[in-house]
Amino acid sequence: MLKKLFSKSSKKDDQAEAKLAEEHTDKSQGLEDNVEKETPAGLFARLRQGLAKTRAGFVDRIGQVLSGRSIDDQLFDELEEILIQADVGVTTTLELVERIRRRVEAERITEGGVIKELLKTEITELLSRDHQPLRLPEHTPAAFMVVGVNGVGKTTTIGKLAYRFRQNQAKVVLGAADTFRAAAVDQLRVWANRTGADLIAHQEGADPSAVAFDSVAAAKARKAEVLIIDTAGRLHTKTNLMAELGKVYRVAAKELGRELDEVLLVVDATTGQNALSQAKLFSASVPLTGIVLTKLDGTAKGGIILALANELKLPVKLIGVGEQLWDLQDFDPASFTNALFT
Amino acid sequence: MPFSNLTNRLQDTFRKLRARGKLTEKDVDAALREVRLALLEADVNYLVVKDFIAKVKERAVGHQVLESLSPGQQVIKIVHEELTSLMGGTQSKINLASKPPTVIMMVGLQGSGKTTTSGKLALHFKSRGHRPLLVAADIYRPAAIKQLMVVGEQVKVPVFSMGETNPVDIAKAAAAHARAHGNDIVIIDTAGRLHIDAELMQELAEIKNTVNPHEILLIVDSMTGQEAVNVASSFDQQLGVDGVILTKLDGDARGGAALSIKSVTGKPIKFAAMSEKMDGLEVFYPDRMASRILGMGDVLSLIEKAEAAFDEQKARELTEKMRRDEFTLEDFREQLAQIKKMGPLDQLLGMIPGMGRLNQMRDLAVDDSHLKRIEAIINSMTGEERRNPDIIGGSRKRRIAAGSGTSVQDVNRLLKQFNQTRQMMRQFSELEKRGRKGKFNLFR
Repeated sequence: MLKKLFSKSSKKDDQAEAKLAEEHTDKSQGLEDNVEKETPAGLFARLRQGLAKTRAGFVDRIGQVLSGRSIDDQLFDELEEILIQADVGVTTTLELVERIRRRVEAERITEGGVIKELLKTEITELLSRDHQPLRLPEHTPAAFMVVGVNGVGKTTTIGKLAYRFRQNQAKVVLGAADTFRAAAVDQLRVWANRTGADLIAHQEGADPSAVAFDSVAAAKARKAEVLIIDTAGRLHTKTNLMAELGKVYRVAAKELGRELDEVLLVVDATTGQNALSQAKLFSASVPLTGIVLTKLDGTAKGGIILALANELKLPVKLIGVGEQLWDLQDFDPASFTNALFT
Repeated sequence: MPFSNLTNRLQDTFRKLRARGKLTEKDVDAALREVRLALLEADVNYLVVKDFIAKVKERAVGHQVLESLSPGQQVIKIVHEELTSLMGGTQSKINLASKPPTVIMMVGLQGSGKTTTSGKLALHFKSRGHRPLLVAADIYRPAAIKQLMVVGEQVKVPVFSMGETNPVDIAKAAAAHARAHGNDIVIIDTAGRLHIDAELMQELAEIKNTVNPHEILLIVDSMTGQEAVNVASSFDQQLGVDGVILTKLDGDARGGAALSIKSVTGKPIKFAAMSEKMDGLEVFYPDRMASRILGMGDVLSLIEKAEAAFDEQKARELTEKMRRDEFTLEDFREQLAQIKKMGPLDQLLGMIPGMGRLNQMRDLAVDDSHLKRIEAIINSMTGEERRNPDIIGGSRKRRIAAGSGTSVQDVNRLLKQFNQTRQMMRQFSELEKRGRKGKFNLFR
């Protein structure tokens, strides 16, 4: 049953949309009565809707710049400008524009409108390069840990993840290892109650490693299928806090008897180039396996997703495109670019 | 260390400039290209960067600059001045109402740090003799009210809450409560939102129209990218913002948001928030921040902190003791306590000129736990041992190590350091005696 939840189309063509829909039909069989039924097209529609701002601020602007134009240096400069303004970052922008420039020369393209298609292909290619779906272990519990700086939406992400597993009747244990921020445990408890997951928590100010240990032990003892450990938000520059995080991971992995299946870095989509630094420094302390990009619906930018894929080879696994429980979606490069460009 | 990356970039660029005697327009262009890249990578808004570069170039490529004796210095000066004016010229403060209570509304995107910053702001006012009241008006995020309660308890400021009722009613009742209870400052913590959310924006507008706040402060995460400007303008257009608080400045975000917001929206940055501790709120000084960006160090802040923390009387006593060679471990501990009072070490280091330039400093983990360990060791000694460390033998060392949770090696290291320090002081005072100059004063 879990397998279906994780299984993800890796096709990089337009059929991904259909695949998504298909997969969703599988999933909806497990839906509880009180949850609004979605049409197969629902997921893609939501994705499109969630990306509406980004599309307006990014793709539509590109369209305006390109339409009816002949290709010259000025045009490439403007393309560069739009990409940088979308938080794509200087390095990745220059690389992307250079690739397109070369293709334009090689293929003797003269009409500006074609560049939009080229850009779409390049972006899909870039995002697919190291893409990996959320990992599915053969064994239970599937063990996840969620890390990130303060205020990116870690706890909410966990709530939505728990919801999605609970939809499939999977037994879920949440470990409240954010023992630092005021009321963080309460926030996670609300999510546990809402989704019907078990919560393992200690007192505020308790040792997070001890919570992680107990969560793993409980998940094993209760034969849970999924374990998700929440951690306190921390700035990646705080050496002691990062060392603490490393310990939380090691303690959890040791009790689990293997590496955790996913260590997800949650990044707020409004973040600029600092996201790169976050990813680098977090992966120095814990073996990051992927990125969750949250709040994509709230920003016209989100170009940081390209910089992350290009410079760090860290796959984006999940994206948050809305505030509803089901608005945390598997990231699929093809449907993402489709939603962005259409 | 805020802006450290931008600082490093600019310093690299200007080191090349400084090495030359005179500047040509080509030199300035090359340098400004680097500045442009650095600013863009720092998430400074694209249009702001464009403007900025044009302005600096206009001023830099003039006869005056080119023919002056140190053209490199002059370019730095121009960049610094322009950066300062970009961030808002001189600092601006919170407007207090002539007739209390002053009502402050905290608004911002989700996760920008509103609740924590509300607590910090409350403490800021409390330590200046005010009687603030915190108001829990975020009824949406799970446990947000509880979080504000905990924060309120930490800073010992009362929290007004009515549970999950209509935020507009809460705000109205809170203002009445403040008047009745003599609170002269009311800080309303509102729900975080995505700024596209028309419904929640409407709610904010209603709160605003109901309580007529004297200040609406927008909380902005310093890690925000190009979007920062849009966030600020959209809040400003729909609500009217009086000022900005920039948060999470203790990370390594280059904080381009700070550079952009004021110049695009005209709204001043009033505070800079750093650290998760409640006293981590500082008045935002644009000129100092510009210095920090350029690697000139935030000397003014450092001096102010030192003045606040150091007891002059004690410093004088200490000097006297050193002169008479009576410096003991007790005095050593006293010194440590004073350094600790100045704030977290890594922040202090960031303010020292030139520190930003040292590459190895970036990776150096300066952490306060080292100081704590030293303090623990000294605390585990008897009074006699502190005054006369020479009597500490193997058995005493083992006891001290066990008592402080450290190892005998740690104790040895501390004693060795202490002896070295004492020796150095002895040399100083001998020098001083020989030179008969009473001016050698390490601590002043």
